[in-house]
Amino acid sequence: MASHKSVGATSLLRVHNEAIRSATPTESPQSGFDMNRPLVISARNLTKAYGDLTAVDNISFDVPAGESFGLLGPNGAGKSTTMKMIGGVSQRTSGTLNIMGLDPESHGPEVRAHLGVVPQQDNLDEELKVRENLIVYGRYFGLPLSYLRPKADELLEFAQLTDKANSKVDALSGGMKRRLTIARSLINEPRILLLDEPTTGLDPQARHILWDRLFRLKESGVTLILTTHYMDEAEQLCDRLIVVDKGRIMAEGSPAALIREHSSREVLELRFGSERNATIGVELQGIGERLETLPDRVLVYAHDGEAALEQVTARGLHPLTSLVRRSSLEDVFLRLTGRSLVD
Amino acid sequence: MSVLTGGHSATDLARERKFGSLYSRNAKAVVGRGLTAAKSSTWLVMVSGFFEPVLFLLAMGVGMGSIVGTVQGPGGEEISYAAYIAPALLAVSAMNGAIYDSTWNVFFKMNFAKLYQGMLYTSLGPLDVAIGEIFLALLRGLLYATGFTAVMGVMGLLTSWWAILVIPASVLIAFGFASFGMGITSFMKTFQQMDWINFFLLPMFLFSATFYPLSVYPQVIQWFIQAMPLWHGVELLRQISVGSFSPATAIHVGYYLVMIALGIMLTTARLRQLFLK
Repeated sequence: MASHKSVGATSLLRVHNEAIRSATPTESPQSGFDMNRPLVISARNLTKAYGDLTAVDNISFDVPAGESFGLLGPNGAGKSTTMKMIGGVSQRTSGTLNIMGLDPESHGPEVRAHLGVVPQQDNLDEELKVRENLIVYGRYFGLPLSYLRPKADELLEFAQLTDKANSKVDALSGGMKRRLTIARSLINEPRILLLDEPTTGLDPQARHILWDRLFRLKESGVTLILTTHYMDEAEQLCDRLIVVDKGRIMAEGSPAALIREHSSREVLELRFGSERNATIGVELQGIGERLETLPDRVLVYAHDGEAALEQVTARGLHPLTSLVRRSSLEDVFLRLTGRSLVD
Repeated sequence: MSVLTGGHSATDLARERKFGSLYSRNAKAVVGRGLTAAKSSTWLVMVSGFFEPVLFLLAMGVGMGSIVGTVQGPGGEEISYAAYIAPALLAVSAMNGAIYDSTWNVFFKMNFAKLYQGMLYTSLGPLDVAIGEIFLALLRGLLYATGFTAVMGVMGLLTSWWAILVIPASVLIAFGFASFGMGITSFMKTFQQMDWINFFLLPMFLFSATFYPLSVYPQVIQWFIQAMPLWHGVELLRQISVGSFSPATAIHVGYYLVMIALGIMLTTARLRQLFLK
């Protein structure tokens, strides 16, 4: 796995702990969460309409400081629009939004001074070199060079890009660009980091390096808000998440609680061939807690998947392939919306 | 954390700002970005912008000028044809430089490099971005104008010490075009639409009394040309180059002051509409 370059990570940790302690007094000490932490984001009846299309439809959620909060849903569910409203670069149609005690619509620059943003598509400055990207971006926040120079080196270390400091941006791989974008988003020591599909389009190894870096940030106390349509990513990184579809919240909770609540412990996946799945689905009635017949496979939700498979073969049915796995957020999503996440 | 709260932050200033969420008094960061980017960009592009009017001056002024002889200058005195068209070419060069920076450059950054989206996710407001980009366009205009004025001096086309003022006057002209150019570019979505800008600029270059006096046109055409910005720039620089001023000088300067104010209002409104919707 990734080599441990703990120097950068440790000093980030220290800085962010201080940031949490010195939370601004404008924050109301609302609790109501298991963690006794101040809320950094509070959305009430948040709605965004583009003409006839309601991208975000009356959603409410709270995020306490230091939490890793996910928005899970398919493309077009309203995840990115919600992120834009949090950053104050998209004006909401109705509802209220409170970021660290401020309304991002009227206090955009102040709110954004404490935000780090990793957009869906990298928008690195291709005319600048790698290290220059960090320093110039820091200047946009009005930060002095005496602070930015050492900070940029620290972040390059954190992003494992130190040896690329003077490279051109377009010479970097996709994973490196993503890490640079994340390093750039940390230049102002944000208290909230917005990550819009941070690992989409990356190969498995690059994803794991990125997850490791994000996990370190979370450990250091940064509040992470991330959108994704990858269940494994949500399970890895999120303390709590909302499942959104067509602009509405379908479910809310920790990944484990959502699975417990909306799915069985295990899932048996059976494939009988595309033409036969539907007809055989009827013959499987009664096995497990619940059945889901999809075009390519039949899902049997059961506490014990192996036992369910024995029942299937006992009925004289022989699938082409069978697989027993633990329930995932994908199953939760399927249950709630009737379709899969990546479509 | 102390850095963010120690008074260096642009947002501390933003609290007392006048323009709401539009401006955080940090246009210098945008300028700094432009200068850093220019360091690693090719200097050839910049140099070509300087040589274009020089080549025009040699071909039209010296070449054609040899068969034209002398013409009547703004104050009624006889001057060489090269001295007559040189200030006009300087005005055109100020216009072209500003338009290039504020249209094609901005179009690219807006639609392909996604540069402004990134900037506006920081403490910067749209007005910071607009002022910064326009300032960069003016800096380029200043470099071109200084170089071209030097060439005019070497060729003996400057007859008055007043002529040194053509440099700040060219920057004024560039300011007018840059502030409007950026606002207009914000409406453009495709390369075809960008071509309309050239469709408008080329006739303005040819017919704004650049190569011959306005009096050759019938009255109606004269009024039309006098409404266009380049004519005011040409006349202003021509007057300054020979140190012959009239009440019209103030009108030319005023025209650009109004153009600058309207252009900045348009640009800021458009950036806000585009990126803070």
